[in-house]
Amino acid sequence: MTLADLIARSGAGERGLESRAHRLAFADFARFSALGADLGALAGRSVILHVRDMALAAAALIDLDGLASRIVLCPPGWGPEPLAQAAERAEADAIVHDRLVPPLQLPVAVQAALPMRTRPAVKPAAQATEWVLPTSGTSGPPKLVVHTLETLAGALTDAPPQQWATFYDIRRYGGLQIFLRALSGSGSLRVSGGDESVEAFLARAGEAGVTHMSGTPSHWRKALMSGEAHRLSPDYVRLSGEIADDAILEALREQYLNARIEHAYASTEAGVAFTVGDGRAGFPADWIDRPGPVALRVVDETLQIRSARRALRFLGGDAPALADAEGFVDTGDMVELRGDRYVFVGRRGGIINVGGAKVHPEEVEAVLNAHPAVRASRVFARKNPITGAIVVADVVLLPSAAQVGLEREILEACRGRLPAHMAPTRLRFVPELPMTDGGKLARHG
Amino acid sequence: MTTRSTILDELQAVAAEQQKTLKPLRDDLPLMESGLDSLCFAILVARLEDTLGVDPFASVSGAKFPTTVGELVAFYQAAADKAAA
Repeated sequence: MTLADLIARSGAGERGLESRAHRLAFADFARFSALGADLGALAGRSVILHVRDMALAAAALIDLDGLASRIVLCPPGWGPEPLAQAAERAEADAIVHDRLVPPLQLPVAVQAALPMRTRPAVKPAAQATEWVLPTSGTSGPPKLVVHTLETLAGALTDAPPQQWATFYDIRRYGGLQIFLRALSGSGSLRVSGGDESVEAFLARAGEAGVTHMSGTPSHWRKALMSGEAHRLSPDYVRLSGEIADDAILEALREQYLNARIEHAYASTEAGVAFTVGDGRAGFPADWIDRPGPVALRVVDETLQIRSARRALRFLGGDAPALADAEGFVDTGDMVELRGDRYVFVGRRGGIINVGGAKVHPEEVEAVLNAHPAVRASRVFARKNPITGAIVVADVVLLPSAAQVGLEREILEACRGRLPAHMAPTRLRFVPELPMTDGGKLARHG
Repeated sequence: MTTRSTILDELQAVAAEQQKTLKPLRDDLPLMESGLDSLCFAILVARLEDTLGVDPFASVSGAKFPTTVGELVAFYQAAADKAAA
């Protein structure tokens, strides 16, 4: 199976992919290529893919899958150093780029460009192409996670016509899932990217009649704050990539009365594990140890997952094992049993230590976000000579909120709902919170 | 506001927020018996860093840590004087 097969399976029809700058018709790939006459030079190569425009990246992926031995999906923002590191670990011998001069010297360099040019006849690869996705670790160089189209497409099911849009970059796992859904479904896909504002993207998606939209909770909070969320009238709203708390689920329900709202749990390493459609944060406790294609277990308060959608391995000689001997991936996401539900409380590595007591920033954020004046928040440690750290937060208020006396009121509400060491001790009201390229709340820096 | 009154006000405020019963703030009151726990002191030190612009606990070297309310005030007074000099 290749991306071209996925498109063919449900027919290219009038379908396509649209960024702000470009529109690709899936039907054109039979005769045209974004890589032009040089396409054949990439056969059997390990290819660094580094282009800025997302439509161009999509076109190159369709060209390369089934032809290259390996594609490394590099984020558009990468400079020469991370590119060189990834190329070394992926034993890359080719680069697909969009510059006049390739950003990295490799035996083969091919410039990708739109509009597409005539596709030369090429010999398909003998084996399935490896898809390599970098994951942004909190420290050190990114890990390179190896998938194939088969593991990536494991969660796809046949679906009725869907007009998709995503806030994600399609080169990230979460965005890639939507790209594959769009290719294998019967609709089109709208992507953002570049310097397009959230407002402009919502307007474009709304005009295009988008029915299905995905993003992280941070993306969605930003959309709700933009004042342009009403441009969209989706049938389906999907959240993934971060903890979906009750506050954001509730806010989306109020905004999109007719939409089905789901939050998905997935990681680049473990693949898509499950989606939750009952509108509540967390997931039913009896999903743990339940028989089925995706096995979930909780070890040391941390979620572990085994499924056929799992990545194959990390690239690099000294890379750690991706799964344990039984095939389980340790997600690093900590959960807590509350009644009949497991809720996500935070990342194992993100714990703040207040005088020996542990605090998950995400858990405090969920309480802050539940305050009627708060749209979004970022909880972090402030160094302290007495307890090592204390909890503080940056908070984005709803536009209607009056700031007078509000810090005191919100802090008090937190103290009423959290143990003393977890309650924030000071708030800073900010106009917006920093986001990573992957659309998640930037926790460092 | 003097350094002393700022510190005493913050002590009262933190105690109220954390629902601690504060003993009368006499200079010879030992901090450990004041009714505040270490989280309260952590919050106090952070607040005082914001209002007074100094954190003598973080920059202490060889100096004696304060053990009473009076010593705490003097500790901040000395740091504030040093910062101003």
